[in-house]
Amino acid sequence: MTTTENDAQPADTSARRKFLQTAGLAVGGFGMLAVASAPALAAGKAKPKMADAKGDVGVLQGALALEHEGIAAYTIAGGSGLLTPDVLKIALVFLGHHKGHRDALANLIRKAGGAPVEPKTDAQYTAELNLGALKTQGDVVILATKLEMGATNAYVGQIAALQDHGLAHLFAQISTDEAVHWAILNNALGNAAPTPAFIFG
Amino acid sequence: MATTRIHRLVLAFPAGLAVVAGALAAQAAGDPVAGKAQYEGTCGGCHSVDANRIGPMHRGVVGRRPGSVAGYDYSPAVRRLGGLWTTARLDQWLQGPQALAPGAKMYLSVADPAKRADIIAYLASVSPPAEPVRGARHQRARTVDAGAKR
Ligand code: HEC
Repeated sequence: MTTTENDAQPADTSARRKFLQTAGLAVGGFGMLAVASAPALAAGKAKPKMADAKGDVGVLQGALALEHEGIAAYTIAGGSGLLTPDVLKIALVFLGHHKGHRDALANLIRKAGGAPVEPKTDAQYTAELNLGALKTQGDVVILATKLEMGATNAYVGQIAALQDHGLAHLFAQISTDEAVHWAILNNALGNAAPTPAFIFG
Repeated sequence: MATTRIHRLVLAFPAGLAVVAGALAAQAAGDPVAGKAQYEGTCGGCHSVDANRIGPMHRGVVGRRPGSVAGYDYSPAVRRLGGLWTTARLDQWLQGPQALAPGAKMYLSVADPAKRADIIAYLASVSPPAEPVRGARHQRARTVDAGAKR
């Protein structure tokens, strides 16, 4: 299914391949950390590393839950009939990015021996995000702008908690994807760019 | 002179002092209006005031027991915290949730004290006004003791 999505977006393919390669690097680094800690534990050295790796998986799980929510929001809003075709087209591109993030995060969690957190039901997301209150395209864009801002800051604000540098790099990549979404949506709303430096974080 | 006294106090009650200092910092500087925007931007990816999402809902958080919102699946680390969420304790939490509750499911921290104060002032503004600070401090002390013995 993911392959089909990639094939359907030829313009995206090389960027996506690059992204996956980098995510692959992150997998390598993260995996090594988990594996290396076993013998080191015997030497009495690796305990913190084990704890760190466990913490990193926790961060990944939270990030994955965030992506699940974003995917549900775009999918439900996208299917609502509220969006004009040109806006829907952009929403679907962003949806594709969130699915790419989801897949990378879930793979990393699996590689670390964890079970990736599952999405909630659409009914739950609809209630939690109050999606029933969306009446116009403008409502949808405002909600999406808020969620993308929140997601960007969530990734930026968790980098300091990550032990693995490969994961920190991945989080920087994902947060900048979300920042691009935010910027495009914010511009569509007719809002100016914020004046002070350090828009996120 | 005053310095010596404070020094002795710090030696005697480092944790208590930190709590008081945190409370003062949070209460003195916090602007709930700025805090609302900061909250939506920084916490809004995971939290809402009135709905459990990736994290629990926040209405009433100041003065409530950690891990007590119905329908939210908390980590044992937060459920075990005991005591109440005071503004001071929230300030500690936002400096590093893992330091306050190792194994908690929240990892985001806010390094800027002024930003934390604004966000906490906003959280207080969506919470019932009477914060039982004294009771909460006692409860907290008990929790810390209990934790240390385990
Ligand atoms: C990446 C997602 C994420 C972000 C961003 C986030 N949190 Fe959390 N937060 C959580 C999760 C998950 C929990 C549940 C922790 C647990 O059960 O261990 C939580 C729990 C909490 C709690 C405990 C509430 C209770 O009912 O006991 C407070 C307070 C809190 N967060 C405040 C904040 C504030 C303030 C911000 C913004 C500065 C923030 N959080 C940003 C995910 C997040």
